Amino acid sequence: ACAGGAGGAGPGAAMDLFGDLRRMNKRQLYYQVLNFAMIVSSALMIWKGLIVVTGSESPIVVVLSGSMEPAFHRGDLLFLTNFHDDPIRAGEIVVFKVEGRDIPIVHRVIKVHEKGNGNIKFLTKGDNNEVDDRGLYKEGQNWLEKKDVVGRARGFLPYVGMVTIIMNDYPKFKYALLAVMGAYVLLKRES
Amino acid sequence: LRKNVEDFTGPRERSDLGFVTFDITADILNGKNATFWNKNTLMLFFIFDWNVKQLFLYLSAEYSTKNNALNQVVLWDKIMLRGDNPRLSLKDMKSKYFFFDDGNGLKGNRNITLTLSWNVVPNAGILPLVTGSGHVSVPFPDTYETTKSY
Repeated sequence: ACAGGAGGAGPGAAMDLFGDLRRMNKRQLYYQVLNFAMIVSSALMIWKGLIVVTGSESPIVVVLSGSMEPAFHRGDLLFLTNFHDDPIRAGEIVVFKVEGRDIPIVHRVIKVHEKGNGNIKFLTKGDNNEVDDRGLYKEGQNWLEKKDVVGRARGFLPYVGMVTIIMNDYPKFKYALLAVMGAYVLLKRES
Repeated sequence: LRKNVEDFTGPRERSDLGFVTFDITADILNGKNATFWNKNTLMLFFIFDWNVKQLFLYLSAEYSTKNNALNQVVLWDKIMLRGDNPRLSLKDMKSKYFFFDDGNGLKGNRNITLTLSWNVVPNAGILPLVTGSGHVSVPFPDTYETTKSY
């Protein structure tokens, strides 16, 4: 439908103006999307950079259970390093994965047996558990090895990881959060 | 001063099992300075400051065997929260965990070193592991005990 033209300009000129406006909005939209992509890429790059610098495949983990209380509670955040030359010693807090399982476990090393050639086998136990972790290992597995280690806990922040746990337990919350973030980035105009 | 009152080893299936009883006297002071009571007292310099939530103390035995160049076994541990009595004076303690060797390396092993270390757990921040000064060497005898008097 043609809007009543202003002054002497006919319907043709009005269409031009309208077309201009639509073109401007599309460009703006592309700009916003690129902005968003840049933010996501930067975040990914920072994460990958951390993986390289710490040597750990997962440099930041959230504590999921209460087996290390009162030191760590569910929802605490741990910062890990996994340098190849760092020896595993009794008393250290390690994050490891049992072969075949996805969930990393945060416990303390209580026994170490290291051979001259560098082969290490060790046993772990949660501070808050009565018994050692042999029950958690694979069937027939009595010791952990270096390859099972995701990293050693070097630093920690309380509570911060709770957001991840909530997102896991309530996926609707996760989608809502992502939707809000996406909408914010796409609609925000740089003046 | 940590000393071993009595120790003997007993074989269980294929591995050596050691029994150790010990005393721990440690004073984790609240200030930067500590004075020595006498030359045998183990003193730990430490500050329980606003950013320290707890200390995880553990007594570990470190030794070498034919099978393994380095062995470390935690015999006992304790959680000391901020506000707990910083002086430890434990006598005749039995180890909390079984002192199994990976093999038969305890028999006749003359040099088992017991050290007290601790993990500082802050309210937020770095998690350092500190080893206390002072350690005790324990020799194990050459024969196995057959009586179960533990």
